[in-house]
Formats: sequence, structure tokens, C-alpha cells
Amino acid sequence: MSTYKVPTMAEMAASGDSPEILFWVGCAGSFDERYKAVTQAFVKILNKVGVSFAVLGSEEACTGDPARRAGNEFLFQMQAVANIQVMNGYGVKKVVTACPHCFNTIKNEYPALGGTYEVIHHSQFLQQLINAGKVVLQGGGEFKGKKITFHDSCYLGRANDVYEAPREVIKALDVELVEMKRCRTKGLCCGAGGAQMFKEPEPGNKDINIERTEEALTTGASAIAVGCPFCLTMMTDGVKNKEREQDVKVYDLAEMIAKDMGI
Amino acid sequence: MSILPQIIFVLVLAVAGYILYKRVSFLRRNIFLGKGETRNDQADQRWKTMFLVAFGQKKMFKNFIPAILHLLIYVAFVIINLEVLEFIIDGLTGSHRIFAPVLGTTYGVAMNIFEFLAIAVLVSCIAFLIRRNVMKVERFTKPELKGWPAMDANLILVIEIILMLAILTMNATDQLLAARGVEKYTLLNGLFFSSMLQPLFMGMGDGALVFIERFAWWFHIIGILAFAVYVTYSKHLHIFLAFPNTWYSNLKPKGEMKNMPEVTNEVNMMLGIATEGGTDPPAEIGRFGAKDINDLSWVNVMNAYSCTECGRCTAECPANLTGKKLSPRKIMMDVRDRAEEVGKSLDTGGPGLEDGKSLLGDYITKEEINACTTCNACVEACPVNIDPLSIILQLRRYVAMEESGTPAQWNAMFQNMETSFSPWKFSPSDRFNWADQVKNEEMK
Ligand code: SF4
Ligand code: SF4
Repeated sequence: MSTYKVPTMAEMAASGDSPEILFWVGCAGSFDERYKAVTQAFVKILNKVGVSFAVLGSEEACTGDPARRAGNEFLFQMQAVANIQVMNGYGVKKVVTACPHCFNTIKNEYPALGGTYEVIHHSQFLQQLINAGKVVLQGGGEFKGKKITFHDSCYLGRANDVYEAPREVIKALDVELVEMKRCRTKGLCCGAGGAQMFKEPEPGNKDINIERTEEALTTGASAIAVGCPFCLTMMTDGVKNKEREQDVKVYDLAEMIAKDMGI
Repeated sequence: MSILPQIIFVLVLAVAGYILYKRVSFLRRNIFLGKGETRNDQADQRWKTMFLVAFGQKKMFKNFIPAILHLLIYVAFVIINLEVLEFIIDGLTGSHRIFAPVLGTTYGVAMNIFEFLAIAVLVSCIAFLIRRNVMKVERFTKPELKGWPAMDANLILVIEIILMLAILTMNATDQLLAARGVEKYTLLNGLFFSSMLQPLFMGMGDGALVFIERFAWWFHIIGILAFAVYVTYSKHLHIFLAFPNTWYSNLKPKGEMKNMPEVTNEVNMMLGIATEGGTDPPAEIGRFGAKDINDLSWVNVMNAYSCTECGRCTAECPANLTGKKLSPRKIMMDVRDRAEEVGKSLDTGGPGLEDGKSLLGDYITKEEINACTTCNACVEACPVNIDPLSIILQLRRYVAMEESGTPAQWNAMFQNMETSFSPWKFSPSDRFNWADQVKNEEMK
């Protein structure tokens, strides 16, 4: 019997090897109870398809995104410079991550600090695998024909102009993709970006994730697809708040693909 | 023939020119209260952006009906200004419709086009007045628009309507005079729109008609000059600043926050990393982040002067939509107001920036900037590529690094990150635990 492998960069280096891609897991991917399932699903896909990858494991640290956006540039750069030292030490060229915040920071902000890599969001990577025929979807899976809506995460969409890849991935599942009124460039934030994830919102009439969840529910979709750990948390909380967790599920793209592949 | 009108005209032009010169210098100085920033790279891309966004109104068309009305006013503004050229030559030389003999029948066609545009402006301005004051579009009812900003918007619309009426009145009486064979007036073969006004004036004698025609002429040209001056005090400045503002757009990915090299030096020293060049002395460290307008870049301040207070940013802002105090439009208005205040103080020998006030605190509160999710909706929405987010983030940097005034929960997050390299309080040694389960699972 063979099991799933999760090689680390350190192990690879020790055996004189280097993987094609570094899978950057991120803090949510490492620690968040719900989101760990996404990390695991993505790792299973990588195993199944035979992509040469490795993770940093305990050598990874927060990219520093929330610190920078909350204004603490020192702390951001401390994290960033340390991460860059580790990655450059391993000669990393290509990074894949499921977190749009990690994606944005490593792709756009690390170069100024000496870390230049090719950075790909997992939605783009999954799309490449599907297009290349490496991920073969059964199509008859549990999502077939279901109404699914996609929530654009700001850091993937507006921040980096990635709108189509996640939609292509969803469509490949043979589902009915329904758009919310505010989508793509006009998408509405889940309320977590800019370090909002880590504090209570300022006083207002409503929480942002509730507003967004209401919009998602109006589409009549039975599942809300996301491509971001924060969006996953915010939308899941929103669905619970509306007491719809029985009939409306929130999934990350990688989970949907893994489910369809039967892994 | 008296040359008195010409002398008066030259005086009027000179006064207007002088006031405009003063105003432009004032605005220029205020914009450059901001810090230096070089944005001259990728000139091709910059011209293209300016062409599409400012000249081509690309982003306006996210919202079709206002876009069409706005486009009509904009095209009319550009084209009718060709007529102003004729006005100026006529005014200086004492001629009347100097281009008419030169252009022949084309002149009549051009006048008809101008009149059509004048009517289009009239209709659009009336529609906008109704939209603002009767329909109560939500973004025009926000608190930051109370008072002068709302008045400013209405005034502009009313002035434009009056200026267009002046053109039409002038043409109507001018053609009546020409038809009566009064000297100096040229008969053009039919001005469609103004001829509809002619019944109003038909019963008048030549003298009264000449008076009305001249009055409308002077009213129009002085009105335009006054409008040009007024614009420099108004949100309407966007008609000029939209062009440089889009040329100096941020061309980087929207999610990228600008690096602070002065921090990099310190971080490298702390981590024992040799900086490039080895013994470079640390760059001179000013204030971290922004507290006042002189800490922002001049592009930020120019953004503020280009803001037309349309509120498209605020209408898309998730924080604002859910009732938080943050309004990106207000951020832009605050920056402009503060720049004006400092500028006026400097001009009157006052303390300028040292007046004991600052942008952060006296204009923008922490509650506002803390509510921002950095989602870039405001940046995306702005029809002239203004970036309110950049200002918000610089203010946050000041609060975090100079004041240590960040909300407590963020401070806790900072602590976690410092001690365990994650925003949550988990042991770094548990970071890889997620893999244990998968590693034992049989591969299907
Ligand atoms: S970036 Fe901030 S200010 Fe701009 S729309 Fe988003 S939350 Fe509002
Ligand atoms: S910043 Fe742009 S979108 Fe916002 S009010 Fe000003 S011009 Fe309008």
C-alpha cells in the first residue's frame, strides 16, 4: 500500500533533490481546523497527479500580510526577510499557494526584499492541471448539475486580476455556475482582508460577511465556492448565522476537485 | 468706431488670466506639499491609460445612463471651447464671427453642431440636477456631501445651463439682426435650435436686439472666464486634473503595498544581513507612515484635487455599505481640505503645517481607517483612477509605528506573529501537524 507523501524542502535538500514547486501552506492552511482539510485535499491532488512538490513545514512563517496591512511594517519585513532567506536558501523558483493573501505578498511584495519567484494561486494551478489533462474529472460526482456560486476574493480578483481561473475550475466540474450580483471587479469583500480577520469590526449596521452571504444565498446556489481561507471562514460563519448550514455548503476549489476525483 | 469694447475685453482677459495664474500656482504649491515620488516609468502605458480613462471615459461606462449624459457634457465642453477661440479673436480685434467668411457654409454647419451640443448640455445638466436633488441617489446623500459640496455640485450645473442659454440667445438675436440686414451681422443659413427662441425677440427693435445680442456675448465670455476661475475652487477641477491624474496612475498590481526601504535597512541590521553595498549608512529616516499631508506623496494630494466627489468609491466600499464610518470619498475630501487649509495659512504668513492640527485626528479618525478591508473596491470604482487606499494604509502605518495606537486585538496579533510566526497563538512546532493524518492515509 502506498500513502500520500508530504515531503519537506529540508528532506529534499538532504537527499540532494529539489522539487519543481514549493507548496506554500500559509498560517490558515496550517492551523485553522476547517481549512486544514483544504491543505490536505490539495496535497492529495498533487500526489495523485504526480507533481513534484515540497512544503516548508515548520520552517514556514507567516508572510506578514496582516501585519503590513495593519501598519506594522517592521513586523512584516521581519517575517518576509526571514521567509525569503529560507526560500532562497533552498533555491525556490516556483511557489503555489491556496491563500490569495500569501499569493499577493510573495508575488508582489517579496521581490522588493530580494525574493523573486514565479507565484501561482492554486486556482490557476488546478486550471493548468485540468487543461493539461492531468486532473481528469469524473464529472458525475456530487456536484454534477448543482447550482454553485463563486465568491471572488479581493486579493485574487481586484488585487491581481485573477477572475477566470477559479471559474474555469468550477465549470470543469459540470455544474451550473451562477454569479452573484456583485462579482468579478465589482465583487464584495468577505470582510476579512486588511487584517480585519484578526479584530472585531468597527461599529456599523451589519457585518460585511452577512451582507455577502445574503447575496450568495439569493442566487439559490447549494454551494458557495471560495479560493481563500479567510473567505471560507467568513462565508461559513455567514451561512451559520443565517441558519442555512444544512442546505448550503461552503467549499474551497481544491476540496471540490478532490471530491470529484474521489480522493 | 469705438475701440472701448476692445480695451474692456483686454482688461477682462488680463484680470482673468492673472487670477487664474495665482490660483494655479496656489494649487501647484499645495500639491507639492506632498513628498516626492517618481512615476515616469512605462510612458507608453501611461499615455494609454490617460487616453482610455480620462479622454475616453472608459470607467464611467460601468454606469450607462450617467455615462452618456456625462459624455455629452464633456464632448460639448471640449468642442464648444473651439467657439471660445473665435470669441477671443472677435473680442480682441472688434470683429464679429471672424471665422464665418473663412469657413463659408461649414461655419453654419459647425454652429448647428454647437447648438445641438448646447441643448445636449442643457438636457444633461437638468437630468443631473434632478438626479441629485429629486431622485436622491444614495451616494449623493452621504454626510460628507452636506453643505458646500452639495452646493458646489448644483452651482456648476446651474452655471452650465445659464451659459448654454446665453449662447442660444446670442445666436437667436444675431440671426434676427442679420435677417434684417443690420450691418456686421452675417446671415447663416438657418440655425435650427436657436431659431426656436426667435419668436421671443421678434417684436423688438434693432437697438434692443443689438443690446441683447451684445449682452449675451459678454455674458457668455465673462461667464466662461469666471467659470474657469471658479473651477479652481471646486470639485470641478477634475476636468483638468483627470488628465495628469490618470497619467500618474498606479500601474502596479493593486494588491501591492509600497515597500519602505528605510525599514528594510533596520530589519537587515537586526537580522544581521549585510545590505547591498555593505557599509551604506541607513537612509535618513523621517516619519514612518503619514500623519499629515506632507507625509503623503504629491500623487496622493493630486488625487485629492482630482476627486469629483461622485462617491462611486463609497458606494462600493464594503465598510461603508454596512454602516461603518469609513467613506473613501471623505478621505479624499479631507486630504484636499487639509491641503487648502495649510496652503491658505502659508499664504497669509500663518503657521502652515505647524498649526497644531493634522490630517489624522482633526480630519480623519482612526475609527475610519481601521474599518478598511483593503479590498480595493474604491480604487476599482474611481472613474479617474484615484487611490484612497494608499492614503488609508499610510495613515495606518503612522498609527502603528509612531503612535503604537493600533487596536488592541491587532497588537495581540502582532505579538503572536513576533513570538510564534503566525497571527494566531499556536506553537510554531505544531505548524506541520496537518500532514500527520494525510501521511498515513492510503492513496486512492
Ligand atoms: S479598500 Fe477600504 S476604503 Fe476602499 S472600498 Fe475597500 S474597504 Fe472601502
Ligand atoms: S475618489 Fe474617485 S470615485 Fe471616489 S468620489 Fe472621488 S472621483 Fe469619485
